[in-house]
Amino acid sequence: MSATRDKFGRPIVVVTGMGVATSLGAGKADNWAKLTAGESGIRTITRFPIEGMKTTMAGTVDFVAVDPFSSTDLSEKLGEMVAEEAIAQAGIGRKGDFPGPLFLAVAPVEVEWPQRQALAKAAGANTDINYDTLLRAAGSGGFTEYHRRFLFGSVADSLADTFGTKGSPISLSTACASGATAIQLGVEAIRRGEADAALCVGTDGSVNPEALIRFSLLSALSTNNETPAKASRPFAKNREGFVMAEGAGALVLESLESATARGAKILGVVAGCGELADSFHRTRSSPDGKPIIGCVNNALIDASMTVDKIDYINAHGTGTPENDKMEYLGISTVFGELAKTIPVSSNKSMVGHTLSAAGAVEAVFSLLTLEHQRIPPTINYDVPDPAIPFDVVPNTARDAKVTAVMSNSFGFGGQNASLILTGEPV
Amino acid sequence: MAETRPVVTEPVEAWITGIGLASSLGEGPDAHWEALNAKRVNVDETSFAPYVVHPLSPLTYDAQIPKKGDQRQMEAWQRIGTYAAGLALDSAGVKGNKDILSKMDMIVAAGGGERDLNVDSSILNAEAYGSATPSYLNEKLLNDLRPTLFLAQLSNLLAGNIAIVHGVTGSSRTFMGEEAAGVDAVRIALARIADGQSDIALVGAGHNGERKDMLLLYEFDNFNLRDKHSSVWDRKDHSGFALGSGGAFLVIESKAHAEARGAKPFARLKTVIADRARRKDAGEVTASLDKLWTNLGPLKQDAAIITGATGAEPATSEELSFLKKHADVAVRATGTTFGHAVETQFPLGIGLAALAISRGALYPPNDSTGVEIEMSKPPSQIVVIGTGHWRGEGMALVEAI
Repeated sequence: MSATRDKFGRPIVVVTGMGVATSLGAGKADNWAKLTAGESGIRTITRFPIEGMKTTMAGTVDFVAVDPFSSTDLSEKLGEMVAEEAIAQAGIGRKGDFPGPLFLAVAPVEVEWPQRQALAKAAGANTDINYDTLLRAAGSGGFTEYHRRFLFGSVADSLADTFGTKGSPISLSTACASGATAIQLGVEAIRRGEADAALCVGTDGSVNPEALIRFSLLSALSTNNETPAKASRPFAKNREGFVMAEGAGALVLESLESATARGAKILGVVAGCGELADSFHRTRSSPDGKPIIGCVNNALIDASMTVDKIDYINAHGTGTPENDKMEYLGISTVFGELAKTIPVSSNKSMVGHTLSAAGAVEAVFSLLTLEHQRIPPTINYDVPDPAIPFDVVPNTARDAKVTAVMSNSFGFGGQNASLILTGEPV
Repeated sequence: MAETRPVVTEPVEAWITGIGLASSLGEGPDAHWEALNAKRVNVDETSFAPYVVHPLSPLTYDAQIPKKGDQRQMEAWQRIGTYAAGLALDSAGVKGNKDILSKMDMIVAAGGGERDLNVDSSILNAEAYGSATPSYLNEKLLNDLRPTLFLAQLSNLLAGNIAIVHGVTGSSRTFMGEEAAGVDAVRIALARIADGQSDIALVGAGHNGERKDMLLLYEFDNFNLRDKHSSVWDRKDHSGFALGSGGAFLVIESKAHAEARGAKPFARLKTVIADRARRKDAGEVTASLDKLWTNLGPLKQDAAIITGATGAEPATSEELSFLKKHADVAVRATGTTFGHAVETQFPLGIGLAALAISRGALYPPNDSTGVEIEMSKPPSQIVVIGTGHWRGEGMALVEAI
């Protein structure tokens, strides 16, 4: 077995480029500085009227202009930003000629309200509006761009053009685990020998009125509107919902062999990926925690690692009563006594829940943790929950020796995905 | 499942052991085979006039989705898909087999987002008549949207519902992106089996074409077929497609896994490949299909083609240019018979190809333009083509065992 293959004889997959954008800012440097300073990106929404909303704050990305707004346009711009940062760092390929496939975690796409309203306007004032009148207005030929914009493959199509990725780009959704799944697909393609490199991106610009209301109607969101920066409280006793947020993360993955051959700097290793679906309920985890436990175990087996080798867990940690409880059950079952001492922190306490992007954003933060040997905190941890006795790295970042990180993502629809990232090949 | 096995050097042979079809022609292999041989087409030119659609043949949902509560939690596209997935599991003989289902991969190609058209219309009306306050949209949505509608709209919740109703939990991945999502779902499922990463996979899609919000997306660029049904090869007067309702799922498994449990295959799934022409210049789709065809390798004399050609232009004319280079190969277009079921079209084509191979015959042409020719001998190979109306080209090679 050569040094470029893992214990299963598969090509070792490394990270050679990373990009990130969140409500904290654009790029790795800015995000890392603010994340380790314990800053919150959550603020009162200014993008649209919030009157009548149950939740009026979010981790919006307001430094990227999109007018007229659509979540798909913002997702695309964020995806471009992080892919560009990651490719530049990797120094791979040539401009507009990335030598591998694209795997894109992106929110489901649909025509949005500003566009629906524009269409209704075109149908004529004082006309009775229904879908028949909208269809007539759509057929006028004045809205052809909406077709391109609101295809489900739209963002991937644009990124594939911009960066010149190869083959058929895959847009995917595993709900809030999507970002991790995009990375897993890239890892698998390289392990199968289909590609030497892959561009894995997770992006989400979903803060629009209807998306916010959809989560509100499921009672999933924090309503602590008075103090937005204090609203996201993963693992705390007074947690009461997640905070919607926007952002994007990108990784350039390569086989170790290919990265070494071109002299690329290796930023980390994707040592293992695990997944397992939950058939219990559309929005709730199986009360016995078995799917989460199985998912985490699958990642460990895939990485040929045991729990004592994991130094830090980058938690899904949404701050909903249900998620954090189930995550503790899963982790404590797999990690046993170690669960009381291993640091487990949630980036979502600061950047909110970036939904389809979260798995990719948090993979970048996990890799930065390895690079800087510093663990970002869980902020807003003022009231510990005795039922969740994790070391959550409360409120202040901590220097630590970190050689392996587990990053977990769980989502509606029974989606579970775990990644294990290491500094060196296992 | 995690990939825990060593790398295999030779691709693992993959069989299609389960086919689940529900469409405008009915449900199950027999109904489809009978209808295709009778050249029956089920089309509705009035309900959505001027747009033509292929309506779903009524299904007895209780047969595959026993709990009414589950049915209520889904919109039509999810019910159709979950139903077809159940048919595929039945067909493969793995329904209820917890050992197998808990390790089974699942890749679903999905759109999503069936909207509440009444809520949309009432909001737009109030705005049009100037009676809406700035917070009107928020209040109406908060008060009028059904709280669980979101779950019926989320793309990955077709897979989620299949996990809940049928217990498939080895993995759950949802690909989006119209026709290409259907191609890539099967491509990745096969790649995982061929590489030894997985033994058995459920793959497919569900589509509800009887939706004004979906017609709207395609009407933006005039893609909807109007007024009268015609063959996809004969839409000179108005190019485009009639949306079709239907679900198509396949159970694909390694030969060894199938043999160990005594499963009978319909056909071998040899290859699935995909590409994406930029489509900036004329001829790029033809060139992309030429390249994919070459990459399939040499084909036998008794090969046939089942294509999901949409009827949209210029993609269909470009595909026809490709097909004319293989004019001796019998072609069947699913779009004429089933309409365009977008993500579902490619899995549907593979299901029909596997069915035709297992029945030892290609069904007759249904086309007066001469593109589709008779084929008297049993096909031993069928190439399934998926050319997206806007993006994406894919091919699968299905073979007799």
